[in-house]
Amino acid sequence: MLYREAGQFKTTYVADSAIFPLREDRIGLAIIILGAYALAFLGNSFLLQAVMIPFLVFSLAAIGLNILTGYTGLLSLGTGAFMGVGAYACYKLMTAFPGVNVIVWIFVSGFFSAAIGALFGLPSLRIKGFYLAVATLAAQFFLQWCFIRIPWLVNYNVSGALDAPLRTLFGIPIIGPNATPQTRYLVVLTIVIVLTWIASNLVHGRIGRMWIAIRDMDLAAELMGIRPLQTKLLAFAVSSYYCGVAGALLVFLWYGGAEYDVFNINQSFFILFMVIIGGLGSLIGSFFGAALIFILPIVLGIVLPAMFEPFGISVAADVIEHLRFMIVGALIIFFLIVEPHGLARLWQIGKQKLLVWPFPY
Amino acid sequence: MRAPDNPLLAKGDVLLAVDNVSLGFGGVKALTDVSFDIRKSEIRAIIGPNGAGKTSMLNCINGFYYPTEGRITFKGVKRPKMRPYVAARGGIARTFQNVALFKSMSTLDNIMAGRSIKMHSNFFWQLFRHGPAMKEEVEHRRFVEEIIDFLEIQHIRKTPVGRLPYGLQKRVELGRALAMEPELLLLDEPMAGMNLEEKEDMSRFILEVNQQYGTTIALIEHDMGVVMDLSDRVVVLEYGRKIADGTPAAVKGDQRVIDAYLGVAH
Repeated sequence: MLYREAGQFKTTYVADSAIFPLREDRIGLAIIILGAYALAFLGNSFLLQAVMIPFLVFSLAAIGLNILTGYTGLLSLGTGAFMGVGAYACYKLMTAFPGVNVIVWIFVSGFFSAAIGALFGLPSLRIKGFYLAVATLAAQFFLQWCFIRIPWLVNYNVSGALDAPLRTLFGIPIIGPNATPQTRYLVVLTIVIVLTWIASNLVHGRIGRMWIAIRDMDLAAELMGIRPLQTKLLAFAVSSYYCGVAGALLVFLWYGGAEYDVFNINQSFFILFMVIIGGLGSLIGSFFGAALIFILPIVLGIVLPAMFEPFGISVAADVIEHLRFMIVGALIIFFLIVEPHGLARLWQIGKQKLLVWPFPY
Repeated sequence: MRAPDNPLLAKGDVLLAVDNVSLGFGGVKALTDVSFDIRKSEIRAIIGPNGAGKTSMLNCINGFYYPTEGRITFKGVKRPKMRPYVAARGGIARTFQNVALFKSMSTLDNIMAGRSIKMHSNFFWQLFRHGPAMKEEVEHRRFVEEIIDFLEIQHIRKTPVGRLPYGLQKRVELGRALAMEPELLLLDEPMAGMNLEEKEDMSRFILEVNQQYGTTIALIEHDMGVVMDLSDRVVVLEYGRKIADGTPAAVKGDQRVIDAYLGVAH
């Protein structure tokens, strides 16, 4: 009853082409954003540090990969490496120019990974699908090799690791050992909201239509005057930009320092699974995917022992760990069978049903 | 919708000339020494039995193939070897034998995508979906709505095209091609698989596009009734060669055409 299309008439094309044409959707979004900010003051530091910050970081990386794989239909296995480029670029920039605010460098570091991403996107004109995935695999291994073998990238640090020097915003530490989870969460949240908003603008406009056109029917797109190479490279660049920023956030606002192996092939797969399960070609799906793959295991780790406790059964930690894997794995398969188009499609169907509830159609 | 203005060419001038074009794939000759022309604002039909090289001909015209011999002249300029998108930007649009729509997009977005080459607002404004980007979006939306009205597909404006019946998909595809405001519109079997009513609708749209906006149309079609009624001139291909060219009446009476379609008694 609360969620109805009826009575909301659009009188201008601007209103009709709004990203959230329904008033209820806009209210819901506002509540979610306010709630996310409120969480910074309500949640404890475990929730912020171990759940929310990584969730947002992975969501951002998943949005990046979704732009490439979901919207443009180009499969990539180089996500981890592109995240790494962002992280290393950010490290170099913020240590070379400590006077400039680190937020600026986080946003700038994405451009480095965008450039590298576009470079490795060049083969996409000729090859598609699995073959392109293999080509991006080359990026993954080559860049990871660079992270290990070029000590200049870590300022000749003997440990070979990235560390997070103290950096402040308005005098409050946001990076470094003194930064509280609360401030870091607020910074990550704001960056993710801004970049999600921009991604949503892009995919709903001319550029997004060109990306989807290339994905759905590349021949027809080209015969309509859409330049395939430029469009695909733009997708690679934008996608890598998001991954790069996510990588910088991951190292400096979540881990507080990292080694090269954070950006290995597993990370690429991890993000790819989030995108597939969340929903290819959906921004909200990126958040769902990150939640299912990252938050669900944590929740299970807490819920499962609590479930057994009332019965006086104490379960060993390793059993819980195994159960966790089994349940998450089974759920992934379940969701993929129920809805191969991902959680985002389930969400969409749910909203459609709610619009006409209590009637079936 | 306004007619594409081209001060250089008046109605009846040669818009596109095909001169002695041959196209071969290895040992297979798809086209052999074909010559014909398409004049401004006419409806030109290309017919022939299956495998005659009609679609290959269209593919040459819109730059998808490059003829192995001969040349194609568009608006008085010989066409170099080019990528198809260059031909599209030069004013040639087409629809496909098997519908090639962007299945996950709505009707509206499909036709809007057809406007891509007409949209120029820069990347910066696209990021914010404000200012020039939004102004442009609305401007082109208005144009697209005119096409939607013209093709009578208002009710499916927001439906993903993958869910539409075949006849409507064909119509949306025509809309997408019209969105490019082409000078030359290539239609590859626009009526294939349609029932009588749908064919009548489609014929009406083709005639209206041609008459109201002066768009030159080249169409491939197997329904002889449609071809004879719609087209101003017909070119007939068989086994990659041109066997007849002229008005529908002349072509219909041509013995070689009758032989090609009905076979020859041995």
